[in-house]
Amino acid sequence: MGSYVPSTKEERREMLEAIGLKDYRELYQDVPAEMYLDKPLDLPEGMSELEVSRAMNAMAGKNRVFSTVLRGAGAYDHYIPSIVKYIPAKEEFLTAYTPYQAEMSQGVLQSIFEYQTMICELTGMAVSNASVYDGATAAAEAAAMCRDRKRRVTLISAAAHPDTINTVRTYCYGTNDELRIVPAKDGKTDLDALKEMLTADVASFYVQQPNFYGQFEDCTAIGEMVHAAGAQYIMGCNPIALAIMKTPAECGADIAVGEGQPLGMPISFGGPYLGFMAATAKMMRKLPGRIVGETVDAKGDRAYVLSLQAREQHIRREKASSNICSNQALCALTAGVYMSAMGPKGMAEAANQSMAKAHYLAKGLCAIEGVSLKYEGAFFHEFVAVMPKTEEVLAALADADILGGLPVEDGILWCATEKVSREELDKTIAIVKEVLGK
Amino acid sequence: MKLIFEKSVPGRGTTMLGKCDVEAVALPAELCRQEAPALPEISETDLSRHYTELCQKVHGVNCGFYPLGSCTMKYNPRIDEEIAALPGFTAVHPLAPKETVSGCYEALDTAKKYLCEVTGMDDMTFQPAAGAHGEFTGVLLIKQYHESRGESHRNKIIVPDSAHGTNPATAAMCGYEIVNIPSAPNGCVDIEALKAVLGSDTAGLMLTNPNTVGIFDENILEITRLVHEAGGQCYYDGANLNAVMGAVRPGDMGFDCIHMNLHKTFATPHGGGGPGAGAVGCKEHLARFLPSSALMDGDGHLQVRSFAGNFLVVIKALTYVMTLGAEGIREASANAVLNANYLMRKIQGTFEPAFDRICMHEFVLDLSEFKKRTGVSALDVAKSLIDHGMHPPTMYFPLIVHEALMLEPTETESRETLDWAAEIFRKLYALAETDPEYMHNAPHNAAIARPDEVRAARTPILRYTK
Repeated sequence: MGSYVPSTKEERREMLEAIGLKDYRELYQDVPAEMYLDKPLDLPEGMSELEVSRAMNAMAGKNRVFSTVLRGAGAYDHYIPSIVKYIPAKEEFLTAYTPYQAEMSQGVLQSIFEYQTMICELTGMAVSNASVYDGATAAAEAAAMCRDRKRRVTLISAAAHPDTINTVRTYCYGTNDELRIVPAKDGKTDLDALKEMLTADVASFYVQQPNFYGQFEDCTAIGEMVHAAGAQYIMGCNPIALAIMKTPAECGADIAVGEGQPLGMPISFGGPYLGFMAATAKMMRKLPGRIVGETVDAKGDRAYVLSLQAREQHIRREKASSNICSNQALCALTAGVYMSAMGPKGMAEAANQSMAKAHYLAKGLCAIEGVSLKYEGAFFHEFVAVMPKTEEVLAALADADILGGLPVEDGILWCATEKVSREELDKTIAIVKEVLGK
Repeated sequence: MKLIFEKSVPGRGTTMLGKCDVEAVALPAELCRQEAPALPEISETDLSRHYTELCQKVHGVNCGFYPLGSCTMKYNPRIDEEIAALPGFTAVHPLAPKETVSGCYEALDTAKKYLCEVTGMDDMTFQPAAGAHGEFTGVLLIKQYHESRGESHRNKIIVPDSAHGTNPATAAMCGYEIVNIPSAPNGCVDIEALKAVLGSDTAGLMLTNPNTVGIFDENILEITRLVHEAGGQCYYDGANLNAVMGAVRPGDMGFDCIHMNLHKTFATPHGGGGPGAGAVGCKEHLARFLPSSALMDGDGHLQVRSFAGNFLVVIKALTYVMTLGAEGIREASANAVLNANYLMRKIQGTFEPAFDRICMHEFVLDLSEFKKRTGVSALDVAKSLIDHGMHPPTMYFPLIVHEALMLEPTETESRETLDWAAEIFRKLYALAETDPEYMHNAPHNAAIARPDEVRAARTPILRYTK
């Protein structure tokens, strides 16, 4: 049995004696006899470190690690610099608690302050929080921020990620508020439908940029439409794209959110990820979750603290705007290290290369007979290619150690990042050509 | 210490990516941002040193004693980190064909099986990313349950006044009205107060047991029975599971659904405030309402986060449970309780415990009399501990104790550490009489002196500006 309890049998006996007890059962004197477990749980025997390592390695070994990943759809396989893995692994950062004691946690607080600044720079917005669980919950929290007494309906684009839509739907269900989905047309939000649906009871509209199909939405026009109807505008953005793309601030967004996973987190079967949330100065006090602020200490030196805590659950309890108690601190640290390691030029490079490689792939695939782009609009690093025999195509790619795009209606949603080489793309195109040529 | 932006020099940087090996594609002009983001431009040397400098101003449980009540700061095993870093877990896509990720599904199913056994539940989800997120999920299960039975008129959730702030906040997020009930003098649920508020509009009760003052409520079966009789459901806040795992199960106490904090009880690291995982377990009658992912599992269910949740955190918790096994689980909780009682006894004669009796895995000190006498507050004591290299205990929680300090040593501390900790408390108790001023201005040897939090809130500076 593996154990992290330092005390020996002898020490335990002495400690029980020191508190005047004979056995452990006496410590549980308040537990009614009928529920006190007098036999061990039905769990296997514990293991030594060597044994558990063997068992978990075997489990990991049952998962296929493809050398080329061309599937995105909310989890993006970008290159993660080595330093981005090592810094968050430092035990101080890794095993610290929430920085409630500022004097003992300036390292965590400052790293979050730096992260908040970087998110503001990326999104162009005035203020960022310390992060929330992921992009989907960020969207849901943003929608909640916009609701007031008069306006309670949330609108969301059908071209957003299905998990985002479903999460927002769940949060709306929680507070008994209505969610209406604005249909998509030609792979983008149907602007005519949106206009009609922007009624006086609408609190906000959420659009994803680029959207689930990889398409760029007309975010400035949408922003104007939403504001003209008196509603608030939420944009959910890809953070790598933001290195080069028009910012939510430039598009007039009130709140900018997104999935921060591409900022140095591995795809890891879906988590842990990172939800970033940034807003206009006006919306500052409505932001949920932790926020770090700058101040001075008793000696007049610069210091960082958790701030604006009057918004939060431990103060306001049932009047809090959200129950969120934590952030994703280590992931926010990871994102901060990534953005610093890459810098503005490196991030622009990652964005441009992802876009270039996706277009190269699209071009090569569409040169094959029977393959065409489903949507004609400009795209970032994802696109839907219409093609027959999608199952065979993906199987043939898997045989070549390539995880192809996500099968969707009519075809496949492909994704390419800066990590994929021209050689791998050529190989992919060749295999697809071969399968479809048969 | 400088901010990373203050160390930034235009033109500095690293070369992480190579040249693009395909033709460049320009983003249409109308889609381009006007100015590049002002992210740091810094060499790898300076980047590395910056974070080392920051690191020296952080205290983790693997670095020193961290008796934060209610947070279960136990040692975070390194093997759990190593396993969670295996490419077989980190390099797999959540939407990969199921047959190529059978190891992931095995991990989730095994974790579910083991944790259901620990808690006495029938089914479980790992989608919630944190404890509060798990609470939200659990209360949604209750909401869906009542709806499915045509009982949506049940609009009240009962919460004891000793509850963590997330409990009422969660209930509000689920559209419920919160009914606060006062605690009995011993910190437990006041049965009469509970009976007075139960009715046909009761949706449920949210409870932690042992409670937030570290006492096991011996009336728990009656409490859950009363709620069930009134037609409500019982939700267990698993924050204090470390006191009882292997000794008693929430399922046997009468709870219908629970959340666990994998980052507390199951030793996954806190990371400075996440990522954690708030696994939610439930009895059979609630299982069909458990959340899932629209993309991974299809439509029609609740969903609280994208994909399957904080998968790597579950891997760490699973590795831990497999290491401990049945015996180790029991040993952990039993010694968590022993350590807490031992420490409480060692401090005896100085700070007053709020409840002078056997505690569970944590105990609360009541410094209100002490403050009246010496002028030194719980805050002053906490800040003074920092100078001794100890992370302060939880302050001013739960609300039912005044000038509270809540200590939870956990089972991974040795007797010497506990003796040392007790000695520090004794020293400070004496210091309050001889030099209270020193304590009012503590800490004296930390990275900063006490920060001006009022100023921070009044004049928010939430980002660096050049």
